[in-house]
Amino acid sequence: MLKEIKIRLHQGSQFIKDVRNVEVPGIFKGRPVISTKNCDEVALVELCPTAAISVNPFQIDLGKCNFCGACAFHSPDKIQFTKDYHLAVNEREALIIRAGENKALIVNKEKRRPEIERFFKQSFKIRQVSAGGDNSAELELNASGNVQFDSGRFGFEFVASPRHADAVLITGPITENMAQPLETCFSDIPSPKVIILCGTDAISGGVFQNSKALDRSFIEKHPIDLYIPGNPPHPLTFINGILDFIGKKP
Amino acid sequence: MKYTTVHNLQSIPIEMIPVVSYKDFFDTVISLFEEEEVHCVNYFAYPIGNELHLICSLADDRESKLKVLSWKSTSFASVPSLSTQIPSIIVFEREIYENYGITFIGHPWLKPLRYAKNRANEHQISDYPFFKIESEELHEVGVGPIHAGIIEPGHFRFICNGERILHLEIQLGYQHRGIENLFLNSTHLNQRIALSESIAGDTATAHASAFANLWESLCDVQTSQHLLWQRNLSVEIERIAMHTGDMAAICTDVAYQLGNAVLGRLRTPMVNFMQEWCGNRLGKSLIRPFNSFYAFTPELKERLLDIFSKYEPDFNEIWDRMKTLPSLLSRLEKTGVVSRNQMIEIGAVGMSARAAGLERDVRASHPYGLFKETPHQPITKKHGDVYSRTQLRNEEIIQSVSYIKHWLENIPDIEIKDASHATPKPSTFCISLTEGWRGEICHCAITDEKGNLIAYKIKDPSLHNWLALALAVRNNEISDFPIINKSFNLSYCGFDL
Repeated sequence: MLKEIKIRLHQGSQFIKDVRNVEVPGIFKGRPVISTKNCDEVALVELCPTAAISVNPFQIDLGKCNFCGACAFHSPDKIQFTKDYHLAVNEREALIIRAGENKALIVNKEKRRPEIERFFKQSFKIRQVSAGGDNSAELELNASGNVQFDSGRFGFEFVASPRHADAVLITGPITENMAQPLETCFSDIPSPKVIILCGTDAISGGVFQNSKALDRSFIEKHPIDLYIPGNPPHPLTFINGILDFIGKKP
Repeated sequence: MKYTTVHNLQSIPIEMIPVVSYKDFFDTVISLFEEEEVHCVNYFAYPIGNELHLICSLADDRESKLKVLSWKSTSFASVPSLSTQIPSIIVFEREIYENYGITFIGHPWLKPLRYAKNRANEHQISDYPFFKIESEELHEVGVGPIHAGIIEPGHFRFICNGERILHLEIQLGYQHRGIENLFLNSTHLNQRIALSESIAGDTATAHASAFANLWESLCDVQTSQHLLWQRNLSVEIERIAMHTGDMAAICTDVAYQLGNAVLGRLRTPMVNFMQEWCGNRLGKSLIRPFNSFYAFTPELKERLLDIFSKYEPDFNEIWDRMKTLPSLLSRLEKTGVVSRNQMIEIGAVGMSARAAGLERDVRASHPYGLFKETPHQPITKKHGDVYSRTQLRNEEIIQSVSYIKHWLENIPDIEIKDASHATPKPSTFCISLTEGWRGEICHCAITDEKGNLIAYKIKDPSLHNWLALALAVRNNEISDFPIINKSFNLSYCGFDL
C-alpha cells in the first residue's frame, strides 16, 4: 500500500484544469484561416487528397479536410492552420471556411433542438459505434477519459448499451457491412436521441469518399445533431464540442 | 528455377517471376515450407484480361530473402488446397476464394473472409456460416459486432462448456472500406499516402512507411537518409506509445486502477511529441514519399530526450510494482497460452509470435533503413501467455527507447530531392516489409506496361494473428476473454481493409 501511495505521489497533478483555453503543444493543425491573397488556387485543389478545397469562392470544407497540411505547406501565405481546437458545429455548412474569414466555430444554439440542454446538460450518455473507423478516433475518444483530459468530470460518458444511451457517436465512413448494425443500434436508443459524427471519415467519408464499399444512407435518413471534425479529432476538440452542445460550462 | 529471389524493397521486372503449373507451384511451396524459418507473407490473385495471375511470396528469414513464384488460372477454377498441408495458407486461400471464386479442394474452412465489396459470390455478412456443435451440454455465446466499449466491430462466437471456452470463431469484415481498390483507382500520390495512414490509424506511421518505401523503390528514387531516419524513428515512437497504452489497458481489464492511470498518462507524452513534430498525435501526415513537411530539428531532439528522462523512471517504477503484485500476476500468468508450434502452424508474426518464442521480426530478418546499420536483436519470451505478451511489451519499450537515443546522436542532414514527378517503372513488382508494433506489415505493388498500378496488396499482421487469439482462449474461462483479447490488441480495420 505504501508503495502505491509513493507511486501516486510521483505522478503529481496531471489533469488539465481549463479544457477550454489550455494551449496544445507544438504545431497543432486546428481551424484554418485563409487569406485573400492571390495564389495558384487550382494547384491547391489538385493537391488536396479529399477534395476539401474548392474555388469561386475559394474555400475549405472542414468536413472533408483530413488535416494533412499539404495545402498550407504549398502556399503558407494563403492557408494557415491555427491552434484553435474548437471545431465542433451543429450545422454542416458552418464547416466551410472561406477566404478572409477568421471567426470561431460554434454550436448554434438557435438551430439546436430545445430539449437538448434541458435533458442532457447534467448527464449525457454516449454509445460509440465504429463503422469503418481506422481506430484513430477511437484511440482519441479513449484518451479523453484518461487522467489528463478526464472527461468524466463533466457529466458525460460512454456507455455499453444503446438502451442506456442518449446519443450515438459514429466514427468511420460507414461501411456497407456496418450499415445494418448501426441502424439497429440507433433504433435501440430511447428518444429523444442525438446523432454525432466524429471525425472527417464520418462526416464526409474522408479519404474513403469514393469507395463503393460504403453505405451512407443512414446519414441521409436521419438528421445529424453534431459534427466534430478532425483526423482524428483531438480529445480537446471532442470534449469542448460535447460541452458546447449540451450547454454545460466546465 | 521454380521461383525468383528478391530482397525487401527490391523492384524487379514482373516477367522475372516464373509462372509455373499449379502442380509445380504446389510442390515448390511445400518443399520451401519444410524450413521453419520460411513463412508466407502474401499470396494473392489479380486479374489481367480474362486470366487470373496468382503470386505467392515466401519470406526466408535465414537468408533475408523473399522467394516469389506464380501460377495462372481463371475465376471459378478448382485446384487442390495447400492449406491441408500448410495451415498458415488458410487465410490466403479464403481470400482468393472470396474474391475470385477459386475453389481449393480439401480446404478445411473455405468460407468468406471479410465480405469484400469486390467478392465473387452473393454471400451476406448477416449469414456467416459459423461452426456449430450439436450438444445438449454446450452453449453458444455471441458477442458483437458492436462491443461494449470504444472499439471496432467484429463478431465473436464462443462455444462453451459452463464457463469454459471450447471454441471461438471470429468473424470480421464489418470495417471493410475497399482500401486496395481505392489504391488502384486513386489519381495522385497524396491520396495514396493518406489512404496508407488510414489502413489502421493506430499503426499510421508504420503503414505509411511501408507505402513510402515501396513507392520510392517503384519509382527508382533513392530515399534520402533523413527520410529513412524519420520513418524508423516515428515507427519506434509509435511502438512505445501503443505498447504503453496496451499495458494500461491490460491493467484495466484486471481492475488494477493505478497501473491503468499511470501507464495511460505515460502514453500521452509520446503521442504529444508526435504532435509537436508533425501536428498530429498519431503521426498522420508525417511520412511522405520523396519528401517530408516536417524536418526533425535540434530542438525536437532536446525535447524528446527530456520526455524520455521523465518517462523512464515513472515507467520503471510502475512496472517494478506490477511484476510483484500477486493479484495481478495470477490473472496474467498461464492465461491465454499459445504454444510456439501453434504459432508456426498458423503463420503468426510480430510480438504475438515472439511472446511464444517464435523469433519473427522484420527488423532483424529483412532489415530496412537504419536497421541495416543498427543490428536488431529481437526479444522473445517462452510461454506465450498474457504475461509473456505484457513482459515483451515492457522490454520492447525499453529497447526502442535505447534505439532512439542512439539514433538521436546522429541526425542525417536534410536534403529534399524534388522527385514529385517521378513515376513508377512499368511492369514492375515490389514488396515492402516493415515491422509495425503488432508485427510484419507487407505492402506489395505491381505496375502495368504504362507504369499504372494494377495490383496493390496490403497485409496487416492481424491477418494471421486473429487465429492466434481464437486458439489462445481455448480452455480458458470466458471471463478471461477480455484480458486475452487485450493482450493481443489486434486490428479489425487492418484485417478488413
